[in-house]
Amino acid sequence: MKYLDDYRDAETVRRLADAISREVTRPWTLMEVCGGQTHSIVRFGLDTLLPDELTLVHGPGCPVCVTPAHLIDAAIAISHRPEVILCSFGDMLRVPGSKDDLFRSKSEGADVRVVYSPMDALELAVKNPEREVVFFAVGFETTAPANAMAVHQAKARGVRNFSILCSHVLVPPAMTAVLDAPDNRVQGFLAAGHVCAVMGWEEYVPIAERYGVPIVVTGFEPVDILQGVLLCVRQLESGRAEVENQYARWVRREGNSPAQDILSEVFQIIPREWRGIGDIPCSGLGLSDAYAEYDAARRFGLDGEHEPAPDSGCISGLILQGRKKPEDCPHFGTGCTPERPMGATMVSDEGACAAYYRYRRTEPEVTA
Amino acid sequence: MNPSCPVPMDEKETVQLSHGSGGVMMHRLLEQVIFPALDDDTPSASHHDGSVFTADSARLAFTTDSFVVRPRFFPGGDIGSLAVHGTVNDLAMCGARPLSLSVGLILEEGLPIEELRRVMRSLRQAADEANVQIVTGDTKVVDRGKGDGIFINTAGIGSVAHSLDIGSGTISDGDAILLSGDIGRHGIAVLAAREGLAFETTIESDSAPLHEPVLALIEAGLPVHCLRDLTRGGLASALKELMLATGLSARIREADIPVEPQVRGACEMLGLDPLHVANEGRMIVVLPADAASEALAVLQQFPVSQNAVQIGAISAGQKGSVVLDSIVGTSRVVEMQHGEQLPRIC
Repeated sequence: MKYLDDYRDAETVRRLADAISREVTRPWTLMEVCGGQTHSIVRFGLDTLLPDELTLVHGPGCPVCVTPAHLIDAAIAISHRPEVILCSFGDMLRVPGSKDDLFRSKSEGADVRVVYSPMDALELAVKNPEREVVFFAVGFETTAPANAMAVHQAKARGVRNFSILCSHVLVPPAMTAVLDAPDNRVQGFLAAGHVCAVMGWEEYVPIAERYGVPIVVTGFEPVDILQGVLLCVRQLESGRAEVENQYARWVRREGNSPAQDILSEVFQIIPREWRGIGDIPCSGLGLSDAYAEYDAARRFGLDGEHEPAPDSGCISGLILQGRKKPEDCPHFGTGCTPERPMGATMVSDEGACAAYYRYRRTEPEVTA
Repeated sequence: MNPSCPVPMDEKETVQLSHGSGGVMMHRLLEQVIFPALDDDTPSASHHDGSVFTADSARLAFTTDSFVVRPRFFPGGDIGSLAVHGTVNDLAMCGARPLSLSVGLILEEGLPIEELRRVMRSLRQAADEANVQIVTGDTKVVDRGKGDGIFINTAGIGSVAHSLDIGSGTISDGDAILLSGDIGRHGIAVLAAREGLAFETTIESDSAPLHEPVLALIEAGLPVHCLRDLTRGGLASALKELMLATGLSARIREADIPVEPQVRGACEMLGLDPLHVANEGRMIVVLPADAASEALAVLQQFPVSQNAVQIGAISAGQKGSVVLDSIVGTSRVVEMQHGEQLPRIC
């Protein structure tokens, strides 16, 4: 764990914060794309170390947050079928669909199980041949390869009672959607380090060039994030807009080729609805034709039209696009809490509202 | 007490796993549904795990606890030893010397007798080691599928030899907060023993009786204000509960809170905060700052609390808040765990 300690070293953190303060001459707004980075920023109070000119806004990179309500409704409907074991990462259980959540289904008798890996769900299918095991596959390019591998193995091993309810999303289309918004104020990005570990960073070069924004591939520890901010600020101050790689200890330009190969074999790029944001073209992954039989929505006849989600008053869509902060919401901490969330950003650890609620609800005094 | 959420429970609400997790939801359930059935003048009203009362001029402590941990056997313990340690510790937190326990068993049809024997042997051994007697018991069997192997309830009685008022009510501005050792081991050990978690550790549960160091503190004449064992909800929930009850503020230093490297690694991997992870052999001791170093010296004489440290202090501060000075030189608030983290950890 010494390795990790190096990236949480108080002295290095202070030095980087000082360097950022020295280099900033004008107001800038940066977006950290990934919810893991948001969590780290709020947990360690990193934004409180930055000069007033610098604003960090939180991005759409929280997979639980952007999973559309109709897919959660579909998961709930599937979970109530007596033959089904519905497997999910723990966070998804508390996210409200249009009415209920999976925790409620579980307490009503549905067989809903928390797993830590899609391979565990696959093994559950092997052990329970009389049941239908459905894995709720959410996530960005980071979780997609493991989910693809589970489906690939299911096919190779002839496990027919396994399927996935697929809600995979892709980061670059979400970044361009943020930049295309008429009231966008994001001037530079901290790109999601783990996504880039899989996909590499070449696909960000056209975005940096076309929109004139610096994009710094950034890790998740305090030192990583402040280094990412520093690199981004330096580019902005000197008028550059390039892709830089702060997270070189994990990320290579070309990414992880075997992971990319399994993605392109099992999945295809499709349009996807992002909760609170709307449809974004070419922003999701769905099962390719060769693996379509493992699509749970199709298997259980839930792939048709769906009702639009009712307006709950939740502003998570605006928060996920960096246009609002959690404190801007009238429901924050009153009508909406982690135990009774109105929107998904209050549920996931990677959601900005949950992070603010957990670490920031009462403004802590600044340490001398 | 109103831990941050005033929302009343509606008519149609059902019990969920998170109602048992020691966090905000559990507190709401207790406040709104369970406590109204208890007598107002018992210490349960101040959310202590045990009750101290006088019977025929003897001061006694009484408590009960149920154990539903899954799996039944985990590194460092099992449901049998846990059932003894849990109740012994609830008595110890009253400053009582544990005397006698009862054991209630709910067994599921189909449980291998050999497993039951193992659990009972372990329970017996833990009772011997803690020097408590098991004086009465009860056994029920339920149909297959209606229980999960074995559930155990233990109740305990202890004698109270001191005249201190140990509880949240005596916590004062300026008090020191001591922690009896590293945190998070029980939660991670149980989690690692669960099926489906593909990581291996050598982490053992910290499950252990705490009455010896507690009695030593009292015998040394130290003015203990409050004792609290850290169970579900971890250090964060224990401190937050106390601060909400007192209206004071706790300030703790992340760098001083011991966490074993393997526990930290597992927490990083699973996205857990060690402050929220369960313990079964750790406590916090709150007492006046000028008694802190002597108290630490007493605690450090016992293997179970040999790594005791001061982690912070109580101040008037922001009412009911727990503030953590982070290792990177910033500060943040610490909240109770919300909803489910790890079901059936004890």
